[in-house]
Amino acid sequence: MSVDGPAATFRRRGRIVVVGASLAGLRAAETLREEGFTGTLTMVGDEPREPYDRPPLSKQVLLGKTPADGTALPRRRAIDAEWRLGVAATGLDLTEKRVRLADGQEVAFDRLLIATGTRARPWPRDAEADLDGVFVLRTSDDAARLDRRLAAGPRRVLVIGAGFTGSEVASACRERGLEVTVAERGPAPLVGALGGVIGAVAAELQREHGVDLRCCITVTALEGDPAGRLRRAHLSDGTALDVDVAVIALGAMRNTEWLAGSGLGAGPRGVACDAGCRAFDVHGIVTDDIFVAGDVARSPHPLFGYQFLSLEHWGNAVAQAEVAAHNMISAGPDRRPHLWVPAFWSAQFGVNIKSVGVPPMGEEIAVTQGSLAGRRFAAAYGFQGRVIAAVTFDHARWIDFYRERIEAAAPFPPDFTGVDRPPEGIRPVSADFPDPALPTHGPTVTLSGYSPSDRRLTFTPARA
Amino acid sequence: MRLVVDLNRCQGYAQCAFLAPDVFVMHGEEALMYDPGADESQREQITRAAAACPVQAILVDQVDQLEEARAHVR
Ligand SMILES: Cc1cc2nc3c(=O)[nH]c(=O)nc-3n(C[C@H](O)[C@H](O)[C@H](O)COP(=O)(O)OP(=O)(O)OC[C@H]3O[C@@H](n4cnc5c(N)ncnc54)[C@H](O)[C@@H]3O)c2cc1C
Ligand code: SF4
Repeated sequence: MSVDGPAATFRRRGRIVVVGASLAGLRAAETLREEGFTGTLTMVGDEPREPYDRPPLSKQVLLGKTPADGTALPRRRAIDAEWRLGVAATGLDLTEKRVRLADGQEVAFDRLLIATGTRARPWPRDAEADLDGVFVLRTSDDAARLDRRLAAGPRRVLVIGAGFTGSEVASACRERGLEVTVAERGPAPLVGALGGVIGAVAAELQREHGVDLRCCITVTALEGDPAGRLRRAHLSDGTALDVDVAVIALGAMRNTEWLAGSGLGAGPRGVACDAGCRAFDVHGIVTDDIFVAGDVARSPHPLFGYQFLSLEHWGNAVAQAEVAAHNMISAGPDRRPHLWVPAFWSAQFGVNIKSVGVPPMGEEIAVTQGSLAGRRFAAAYGFQGRVIAAVTFDHARWIDFYRERIEAAAPFPPDFTGVDRPPEGIRPVSADFPDPALPTHGPTVTLSGYSPSDRRLTFTPARA
Repeated sequence: MRLVVDLNRCQGYAQCAFLAPDVFVMHGEEALMYDPGADESQREQITRAAAACPVQAILVDQVDQLEEARAHVR
């Protein structure tokens, strides 16, 4: 060991493996190099392409403005890595410190970053999911296939699930002049992420844009013709709908199966880690060489009662990757916590939607600027007398202001004397979130309890 | 060339849409749509747009040699 200690030696000569070569994996790798890591870096990714950006897939790509393979991520710097693309990690040996790959090879590491993200939740019945015309949207290949089919001019598209992805798909279809039906189990679109008050605004927005929106309904079966092409969908109200395309937008599942039996606190809710991005093992003991970042991670946040948060947010993947990378090559006192305040955006039906904080914790909501009727507003969510989250529709310039209120635990109902206040004053009403036991969909925040090794999560979409 | 806009940060000021209208377009009142794989001929305009963005939300490729990414694809 050198005189300047093991941390410095590791920085110079260590071996880091990153599993999951997408947004979080790439940004972590860049940060490692930026901060002076000169050891060996291996990037393992099961997709056969270099890291690309997903948010445009449901926006620019489905509008036919950008080709599906045209969203490769820009590089902040060269990362000088050994790339193992197109091969999945299939196992982790914590004792021997090795990652097993699908091609039978093994890669040894000193430190590991897990950034395997999520995948689209498939339609639960395989035979129906395999019909020609049934799509999910998570990868660039998914987007390419769906874009091609939309360009062919289907008679009607059915979107199953009105979370963010489903709503954006419906928006793109309408903009392409296609007939679209949206079937949502909850009482309104976006209701799981933003609650019923905002959900009602989203519902009006969809209907105004010509979406045939059907709420409180589930799709019970997808029916094919003899050639295996989708032709009809059956709904829980007993009706049927002729469709040639169905987009399954039932949310995401965390890619943790490859960690089964590894001894890490990994399960359907993700891989639990501390605020320094270090993974917990099944006993709730924090590891020191295994780090986690991005959609697959769940970590406790002091602003939100130290509950473990699972965030399916672009911004979280970037921020958490940077903290994880920094901590991977830093000694104890130099490590930083990941205390990012959750934030995301969505663009649909010409409206810019932004959110900050944890809306599903909100008991009440109050419109603080603009008006719901005008579709230009900011609204704050309150939890136990403080501001816990905010949402804006075409009011993005204010989002930082609300982030600061959340960080300062400002009182709710808010007492701002802000610009653009609603003439009737600020009136809190129930935020109207559905029963949290009912899972909902969309890139948002999930409160996932306190236990680092929680594995009890069941989800049963649309039963006949 | 590649670019990405941090849309959490973007405040819809539209300077980019003014400076590089073939790459950045406002969609509705303040949602920004951009071409993440813009043509190389746009580099100058994009660089100007990135510099002018008041919240520095536009990230443009800093490396043009990506040989390592393609070499190991199986
Ligand atoms: C259509 C769409 C639209 C979106 N829009 C928005 C938006 O508007 N705003 C927003 O905030 N967020 C949005 N998101 C979410 C955002 O894209 C994600 O938060 C982000 O991609 C997370 O990055 P990640 O690197 O953690 O995970 P991922 O991007 O999921 O990457 C994980 C990678 O790991 C790979 N992998 C998985 N298992 C293995 C294994 N065993 N071995 C090797 N590799 C493996 C996966 O194939 C994938 O390449 C959107 C997502 C989608 C799909
Ligand atoms: S200049 Fe910056 S803030 Fe303005 S629209 Fe473009 S990216 Fe957004």
